[in-house]
Amino acid sequence: MTDIVACHGLSKTYRPDYLAVDALTDIELSIAEGEFASLVGPSGSGKTTLLNLIGGLDSPTAGEVYLRGRRIDTLPPGELADLRLNHVGFVFQAYNLIPVLTARENVELVMELQGIDATGRARLSRDILHEVGLEGLADRRPAELSGGQQQRVAVARAIVSHPAVVLADEPTANLDSQTASSLLELMRELNERHGITFIISTHDPMVMEFARRRVMLRDGRVVDDTVAA
Amino acid sequence: MAQLALLLRLARRSVLRNRRRTLIILVAIGVALWAMIFFAALTRGWENDVVHNAIFTLTGHLQAHAPGYRDDPSVDHTMSTPGSAVIRLLDNPEVEAWAQRVRVPAVVMSEHDTAGVTLVGIDPAAERGLSFIADAVHRGRYLDSPDDHGILIGRALADRLGTGLGKRVVVMSQGTDHSVADLGFRVVGLFEGDREATEMAYVFVGRGTAATMLGLGDRVSEVAVMLRDRRRLPSFVARLRAAAPGLEVQPWTTLEPMAQAMVALGQAWIWMFFIVMYVAMAFGLINTMLMAVMERTREFGMLQALGMRPRLILTQVVFESCLLLAAGTVAGVGLAAGTLALLHGGINLSFLAQGAEMWGMGKVIYPAAAAGDVIGAVGLVVVLGVLSSVYPAWRAARRVPIEAITRN
Repeated sequence: MTDIVACHGLSKTYRPDYLAVDALTDIELSIAEGEFASLVGPSGSGKTTLLNLIGGLDSPTAGEVYLRGRRIDTLPPGELADLRLNHVGFVFQAYNLIPVLTARENVELVMELQGIDATGRARLSRDILHEVGLEGLADRRPAELSGGQQQRVAVARAIVSHPAVVLADEPTANLDSQTASSLLELMRELNERHGITFIISTHDPMVMEFARRRVMLRDGRVVDDTVAA
Repeated sequence: MAQLALLLRLARRSVLRNRRRTLIILVAIGVALWAMIFFAALTRGWENDVVHNAIFTLTGHLQAHAPGYRDDPSVDHTMSTPGSAVIRLLDNPEVEAWAQRVRVPAVVMSEHDTAGVTLVGIDPAAERGLSFIADAVHRGRYLDSPDDHGILIGRALADRLGTGLGKRVVVMSQGTDHSVADLGFRVVGLFEGDREATEMAYVFVGRGTAATMLGLGDRVSEVAVMLRDRRRLPSFVARLRAAAPGLEVQPWTTLEPMAQAMVALGQAWIWMFFIVMYVAMAFGLINTMLMAVMERTREFGMLQALGMRPRLILTQVVFESCLLLAAGTVAGVGLAAGTLALLHGGINLSFLAQGAEMWGMGKVIYPAAAAGDVIGAVGLVVVLGVLSSVYPAWRAARRVPIEAITRN
């Protein structure tokens, strides 16, 4: 399978000039198209930093990041924004949605930025909200949705424009176990049905069970990389 | 286009998110604009009053004098009645009214007191539409003809001289032979001026009677002219100068430098007030937008993470300011229009008495909104208001998404 994500010699040091903190050191990692991978490790191990570098939200101190074979760590901010818009879906731990937009509008947000016409947006958002089980809640604002429903909207927004990869940073951290399980089930279904690559950072054991590949980080280094049988 | 529609929708809903804060800034913008327009209208009303008083007291739009008259307004600097070329010019349709006058310094005496005044000999009919006197007689009668032997004096002067309607006063001045010229007059009318100073300064008699008293014959002190359209003043002055090369022809702006200075002062005053009000409003707007931006740091970070370019974030925040400014402008202009409509009958300033008079104001000031001032106020608030919002917008757009998202 083709590599969707590739990191070579990736390092990230915060405050390099003053009390330097090495968040990542010499990471070598490849994620193939269609994988459902988890980045696991204790707090401070570098999971979120790695996810941010892969998503073009941050720039490395050293090393290279490739997305679909294109080097992204040297791109200027404007091109990185376009890259995120067209090739990366994000699901954050919390505060995922724009509070003044409805669930449907939140899902359509990325498509509006991409310039997709209103008819196309309406059709795609209707279909995707149906797929994540929120068809009856499309006109509700985030404050009128539960935490699990909000995360489902975020997942719907992340996949609606068929990105190369969906990066989810602790997506179940604020959810009860039943809701978290339901959300993970949904993401795995989407992964299997649409072949969308998911990379999830977590220290939730339940996520680790769902992921077929588990990349373990400790002190900014990859210490284990296991693919479930 | 779809992006602009999205930004407008986000801006509109974001503005409505914190309704109390939005209401406060709308009130601030509205009140600032109301104050700017209302103050400008008051100042224009005051300017109009100053100019009106200067023109209608006796000056007219322009005057012609013998050389040296303005330095020494005595019988030594009189001029012949206008020649045919000048008369032709004065009788054309551009001219609302014109009159010849005898105007010299004099002393008026009653049985109780004496006062220094300006004796004005007028053609009573010609003064209608030219000066205030024809409509200012509030007791007694106006003069009948240039040869009327009565005298009109101001109410305040009558009080000071202890005289009144039907009583006799004596007017003394210098005759053409430099002897004392004096004549007794019966007070036939008392006039009221917009200002007490006017009532104290002038006494009016028939021009023929004054000329006889002073030994002037057909000579006069001045020709005063009122035009139908004040904007024609420069060209008319030029033509009159050409028609009467031996005379000094001057517009009211030269004859009444104080009034002209007050108009200039009013203009400067308006813009100073505009800037002060704008600065006060701008601080409120910047503060509001900064608060709105800082509260939504994570939201902007998330939008950037999703692929919204920084310039679109900046545009969204500027749109929010535009919406606030637009609503505040409508409120401010509406409030000002309502206030000015309520005050169209004028504001009575008689309680300010001599204080107002010192500034050249009459007893009633009529606020006069000028289109230029309203456009200037709205333009200043909107254009500079939008520019003021660029800083908070830039603050929102410059954060890299990771900083914004990870910020607690």
